[in-house]
Amino acid sequence: MTKRFALGIFEDEDVLLHAVENVREAGVKIYEVFTPFPIHGIDDAMGIERSRLPIAAFFFGLTGLSFALWMQIYMLGFDWPMIIGGKPHIALPAFIPVSFELTVLFCCHGMVITFYTISKLYPRWKTPVLDVRSTDDKFVMAIEVNENTDMTKLTQILRDNGASEVNQKEMSKF
Amino acid sequence: MQHVSPVREPLVTGGKTYHDVTQDVCRQVEAAPNIRWMAALSVALLLLGVFFYSVYRTLWYGIGEWGLNKTIGWAWDITNFVWWVGIGHAGTLISAVLLLFRQKWRTSINRAAEAMTIFAVICAAMFPVLHMGRPWLAFYVFPLQNTLGSLWANFNSPLLWDVFAISTYFSVSLVFWYTGLVPDFATIRDRAKGPIAKVAYSLLSMGWKGSAKHWSRYETVSLILAGVSTPLVLSVHTIVSMDFATSVVPGWHTTIFPPYFVAGAIFSGFAMVLTLMLITRVVFKLEDYITIEHIALMNKIMMVTGSIVGVAYITEFFIAWYSQVEFESYAFINRATGPYWWAYAMMMTCNVITPQLVWFRRVRYSIPLTFILSIIVNIGMWFERFVIIVTSLHRDYLPSSWAMFSPTIIDVGIYVGTIGLFFTLFLLFAKFFPVINMAEVKAVLKYTVDNGPTYTGHDPHHVTHPATTHGVPASAPVNYDKHD
Repeated sequence: MTKRFALGIFEDEDVLLHAVENVREAGVKIYEVFTPFPIHGIDDAMGIERSRLPIAAFFFGLTGLSFALWMQIYMLGFDWPMIIGGKPHIALPAFIPVSFELTVLFCCHGMVITFYTISKLYPRWKTPVLDVRSTDDKFVMAIEVNENTDMTKLTQILRDNGASEVNQKEMSKF
Repeated sequence: MQHVSPVREPLVTGGKTYHDVTQDVCRQVEAAPNIRWMAALSVALLLLGVFFYSVYRTLWYGIGEWGLNKTIGWAWDITNFVWWVGIGHAGTLISAVLLLFRQKWRTSINRAAEAMTIFAVICAAMFPVLHMGRPWLAFYVFPLQNTLGSLWANFNSPLLWDVFAISTYFSVSLVFWYTGLVPDFATIRDRAKGPIAKVAYSLLSMGWKGSAKHWSRYETVSLILAGVSTPLVLSVHTIVSMDFATSVVPGWHTTIFPPYFVAGAIFSGFAMVLTLMLITRVVFKLEDYITIEHIALMNKIMMVTGSIVGVAYITEFFIAWYSQVEFESYAFINRATGPYWWAYAMMMTCNVITPQLVWFRRVRYSIPLTFILSIIVNIGMWFERFVIIVTSLHRDYLPSSWAMFSPTIIDVGIYVGTIGLFFTLFLLFAKFFPVINMAEVKAVLKYTVDNGPTYTGHDPHHVTHPATTHGVPASAPVNYDKHD
């Protein structure tokens, strides 16, 4: 399905930040903002909810910890108990290092895999972008438009809020 | 909005714009390899050849090719292992600990330092695996059931903890580094001209477009990874030190080892970061990003950790006397005055005296002196591990089994070979990957400009013009007031 976008190009992140607030106040729905680096405060301006990835990370870590403890206690305590160094079969202090490492391992990889999955980031042969300068030095505000959109008014709003250019682009797959 | 300090030294000099950052970092990636890079790579590949030959000798003829004997069962191999792992720690310190402390100067060095971590850990891992003698049985270290029975791995053993620590550390560092690289690969992808580069960087960039939502998640992920990597890096060298500390060998059996090893790791790691950065900034013309201030700051960290190491050496000596354990006291007297006194003297000079020179501002801000210091520290830290391992083992409880260690050419070959392996990987990284984190540097660019643009009101007609002052990053003219 082909989508049509109006692109407001901004030169500075502070101008963009306030433009996002003003454009949203003017009742225009912003499709997405593309920037070369993270801008602090844009989450609030765009109304992006706080990511729940930390919660996911916590539970992945908990899984790792439980798995590590289960593995060590089962293997050395029940499946094949052996006396090593005159210590009890289930010598918990000696299990701390491996438990910690597996907590970290599960936490990190679980969170990162979740991040790539929910963000739909995976290797692609070709990556279509709305404006190639958005990974270099321009801040691009994309607004989805159709035949009924009043482009003159939209252009004026973007220009008034500091856009240095207003372009249009059609994307077949985006 | 960020507070811009008028007294703070700029993090990036030369009044760079966002586009300049992209240009300066991508130049190396896009240009054809230059003659200096090719010359360096040839030397590294030659050393890599030495590595492969030495590994072949070790595997074909066995561990007897090394200089180990029945008294000294651990020598250069474990020395090199600890040395390389220690070097790796500075990368994680820069990317994780300094991120948590909000040290923004880290942005221009973290990419290369993290790469150094990964390559150093690869080099480190070679030694325990080769010391196994039969590396194809390396899977025995994992808790898999013994093929003949149902015997599991021994979780009470620090050597097994090491397996978990090093593999977790390596994989987490790799993921951390790669996630940071994704936005920069996207930048290169969008600039790429050649068909191969386009496809390669498109694949590497995972379809990153820099949307606000993705950046928000990206920052969360970075923060959590940093938060988790910080205790991880401390745990790794703690566990490495426990390989020694949990034994009963005099000179190893000390509770001071974990913090002492961690400080030593950061010390040697920063020395290696300095060595690499001082070369990289000149070869790739990145003096505006890796400034003299960066070098001075890294020197300070080197001085602090070096002093901690110095205090640890003295504490060890004091405790050896204070414990009144005969064997313990002898181990330390033997270290300083025995047949390996020269190794001890090297360690003390390089690690205790050298970093104290950094107290002088002139030394801290001098590039040639810093370079020499960093090399000396690298040498000193290698000797520290050699002293701890070999001098403790060569004379323990039973005088009839006292012995000396002398390395064979294969020992030397493997060590020199891993340096070749390290530099081969680093040079390939430096050519094909962005050596500076462009996105993060752009994000702190304004922080550095003394009169950065200030946007005060919500009314666009009262915007302070962002492009009027000197050195303002976003200096491309903003033409919205034409519509007024």
